[in-house]
Amino acid sequence: MTIQLLLVAVAAIAASGLAALAFTQRPRLGQRLATTLFCAGAVAGLAAAVLALAAPEPPALALPWQVPGGAFTLRLDPLSAFFLLPVFLVPALGSIYGLGYYPQDALGARSVRLQLFYGLVTGAMALVVTAANAVLFLVAWEVMALAGFFLIQTDHEKREVRAAAFVYLAATHLGTLALIALFSILGSAAGSLEFARMQGLPATAPWAGWAFALLLLGFGLKAGIMPLHFWLPGAHASGPSHVSALMSGVLIKMGVYGILRASSFFDAPPASWGFVVLALGAVSGALGVAFALAQHDLKRLLAYCSVENVGIITMGVGLALLGRARGEPVLAALGLAGALLHVLNHAVFKSLLFFGAGSIQHATGTRALDQLGGLGKAMRATSLLFLVGAVAISGLPPLNGFASEWMISLASLQVLRMPAGDPMILAVLTAPALGLLGGLAAACFVKVHGIAFLGSPRSERVSHAHESPRTMLVPMAALAAICGAVGLGSPLLLPTLARAAQSWTHLPVDALAAPDGMAAHSTLRISLVAAGLLVLVALLVLWRRWAGKPARRSETWSCGYSAPTARMQYTGSSLSTSLVELFSFAVFSRLERLRPRGPFPRRAVLRTTVPETVLDLIILPAVNRCTGVAARLRALYRGYVRVQVLLVLATLVVLLALRFLIG
Amino acid sequence: MILRTSLQLAIFLLLPPLLLGVINRVKAIFAGRRGLPLLQLYFDLWKLLRKGTVISRTTSWVFRAGPVVGLAAVLCAGLLLSTAGQPAVVAFQGDFVLFAGLLALGRFFTALAALDTGSAFEGMGAAREVTFASLAEPALFVCLVVIARAGGGGGLDPFSLSSMLGPALPGAWDQAGSAIVLVVIALFGVALAENARIPVDDPNTHLELTMIHEVMVLDHSGPDLAFIEYGAALKLFLFGALLSRLAFAFAVPSFLAQETIFLGGVLLFAVLVGLVESLMARLRMHRVPQLLVGASVLSLFALVLELR
Repeated sequence: MTIQLLLVAVAAIAASGLAALAFTQRPRLGQRLATTLFCAGAVAGLAAAVLALAAPEPPALALPWQVPGGAFTLRLDPLSAFFLLPVFLVPALGSIYGLGYYPQDALGARSVRLQLFYGLVTGAMALVVTAANAVLFLVAWEVMALAGFFLIQTDHEKREVRAAAFVYLAATHLGTLALIALFSILGSAAGSLEFARMQGLPATAPWAGWAFALLLLGFGLKAGIMPLHFWLPGAHASGPSHVSALMSGVLIKMGVYGILRASSFFDAPPASWGFVVLALGAVSGALGVAFALAQHDLKRLLAYCSVENVGIITMGVGLALLGRARGEPVLAALGLAGALLHVLNHAVFKSLLFFGAGSIQHATGTRALDQLGGLGKAMRATSLLFLVGAVAISGLPPLNGFASEWMISLASLQVLRMPAGDPMILAVLTAPALGLLGGLAAACFVKVHGIAFLGSPRSERVSHAHESPRTMLVPMAALAAICGAVGLGSPLLLPTLARAAQSWTHLPVDALAAPDGMAAHSTLRISLVAAGLLVLVALLVLWRRWAGKPARRSETWSCGYSAPTARMQYTGSSLSTSLVELFSFAVFSRLERLRPRGPFPRRAVLRTTVPETVLDLIILPAVNRCTGVAARLRALYRGYVRVQVLLVLATLVVLLALRFLIG
Repeated sequence: MILRTSLQLAIFLLLPPLLLGVINRVKAIFAGRRGLPLLQLYFDLWKLLRKGTVISRTTSWVFRAGPVVGLAAVLCAGLLLSTAGQPAVVAFQGDFVLFAGLLALGRFFTALAALDTGSAFEGMGAAREVTFASLAEPALFVCLVVIARAGGGGGLDPFSLSSMLGPALPGAWDQAGSAIVLVVIALFGVALAENARIPVDDPNTHLELTMIHEVMVLDHSGPDLAFIEYGAALKLFLFGALLSRLAFAFAVPSFLAQETIFLGGVLLFAVLVGLVESLMARLRMHRVPQLLVGASVLSLFALVLELR
């Protein structure tokens, strides 16, 4: 029953774009129909996920399929069901947002194309997290990746969009290649491509290390773990904003799901795997936020911030792997629960922020942070909702980002019980690392919200900004409400997280599940303090209103200078300069400067650009070098039949020689 | 039990402004002046609360939210900190993460309020505040992890501030005394940075270009300014309380003796801050990260000492 509900949901969502296609003559109706179909499917899908989370036995389905090695096997265990929550929630809200942001009656075929692939990618993601057969998984994975490519390419007339989409395509296919190799290894070891048969593979086998490396490469590319993140900033900045929200919020989590699913096949993975994943997460987190701080483009900044948050999730996964390696149930359960909760949380607040970025672009026509300013006055609701997202993503109480980061910190504290000299104890450094990330993320989002929404407008177009239509505000308000609800109500999510952790770790999860257990005890107190904070804020505001005298309006104090202009404000670049400089070992800002000269200076320029270190400084130069060498080689024989014959002959001689030499 | 908790809360709410009076008195004595009355901040707060407010035309509601959220966050953080070895009002595993998170929340809103004025000076202050805070955060966390390892594993709520600073702390001194000494030094550095004292920031400076915390709040006035000043005093007290308990962790049976030692330690902390302020100059801005990274390295040393 549950699984049939899920299939109906997937079908409805994947086909929702067809409704838009059928009514091209009546674009408004078409888009509304498509959105309704999409949302109905999403509600069905969410219901299926909730049913599956409550079911005693995971619902499963197996249908015959005429593909060699393949079978249409679906399984909705708690881990899959948990991932279904963001998969259905965020895109559905995105489709509502699209009604105002990407209207079919104004944009025509472009919007129809987007809706087609938007449904397709969502349906494919739902299949990815529920597939229980490697072939089905890979097919769904590829559909998801290709539909994602077309979504990024929505504005394909722009050169940089095409470039970003191509880099995405190359990266995702490199990942798929690694996954095909991974499942070939796993499948031949298990003797079947069914996930159920792959359970309990030995992690000590000689091929296991290779499988782990392929797993990290294939799924790490999708998740955007540093240094495999190179495709991500361009791709996530290029699409329309609800596409960016879907990709940053949900699609990259498919990589996290893959890492979890594939690592669950192994019996007691070695501790070294956990340490590798933990270290990768820490590096992604720190460098991701450092790059985010250095960006001037709002959407690129948010994209880099996704790299940071994937790093946080990965750190949780690393702790969970360590816990499984050592058979430490509390460490494994808390690490995994923190990672999963952050998957959901990041999906919620990142899509909220991308929707906000879309609204800013909609209102001002620019994404350049240093052009913005003072938007909070014209866009009061957007400003408030964006602020909720900014507080949540900085991991600050009382919102949801804090709950998941706290859980990962708490997991890392468990290793303090180990005896001195045990290398495991190094994992406790996760807590300070998360502290550093939280501080940097807070700096980053003080910059984003402060520069975009506060102060006075820095350019002409910003002063004509207008508030977004209600279709764009309502999805944002829903997401902001979820941020608050998860932050205050985290104890209620514990049973769900415990079930997911149980299905992955196969260890007892009393610490999470027991109603008087440690997690319940602590999260309840967090909620109490968070509620106390809100009450205190309300009381102070009321007291000030009741006892304070009415406020007088005047100018901002600027040292007695009486004619300050908006251009004298601090900019986003100046705000983050000193932090970015601390990361100059990885973030190479380029400075272009034309100093004012002479007694009557005419022109002065100061411009910084931040190349993507891995893509722009390593991969592209290497690719260019290779194509250069190849072109030179080609020039050797192009047009000369004699040279070509000589080459064939030489190859033949070399091959024969090898044959005789080696035997 | 309830009586003790209310006493602790009363101390937390009432004592902090005195600490600033002590600091100012120490500085005055060093400069050969008589100085302000010890209770000056109480008078200031009382006066500010009854005054009117002037708000810049550039600002929005965020500007007025800054002081309120800042004060509420520090007040909530106070509920988590155990003082004088007594359990805090709220204690749970890993509560120090919430403690640091609440302080960060207050800072987040103070910095936003500063940016809301559209003034270059306040933007500068916000930039410096968030920069130095994100460097102070890892140092604070490593210090707390060291204490958690030393004595926080037991009690009702292991790895909570109440068990870390609770009755097990004197025993931890015997086990890992050298590590705790290093932690106390590192935390003192962090406390100076977090509370905007010399050598990181000079609360008495009169040049907007060189200030950090004070420049962020230039445009606040009336009750808003009172909230900010009171919040700053509370935060100073929180760090003083943490350091006082860490440095003077004696196993004393009587509650009153325990409390006396604790309060003496907090006052000594204020005197020390005043001494540093009288004897040192403010560091140049680009030196400050080195101080904070130094504190992190010191606390990492403490961790290594402990785990060896």
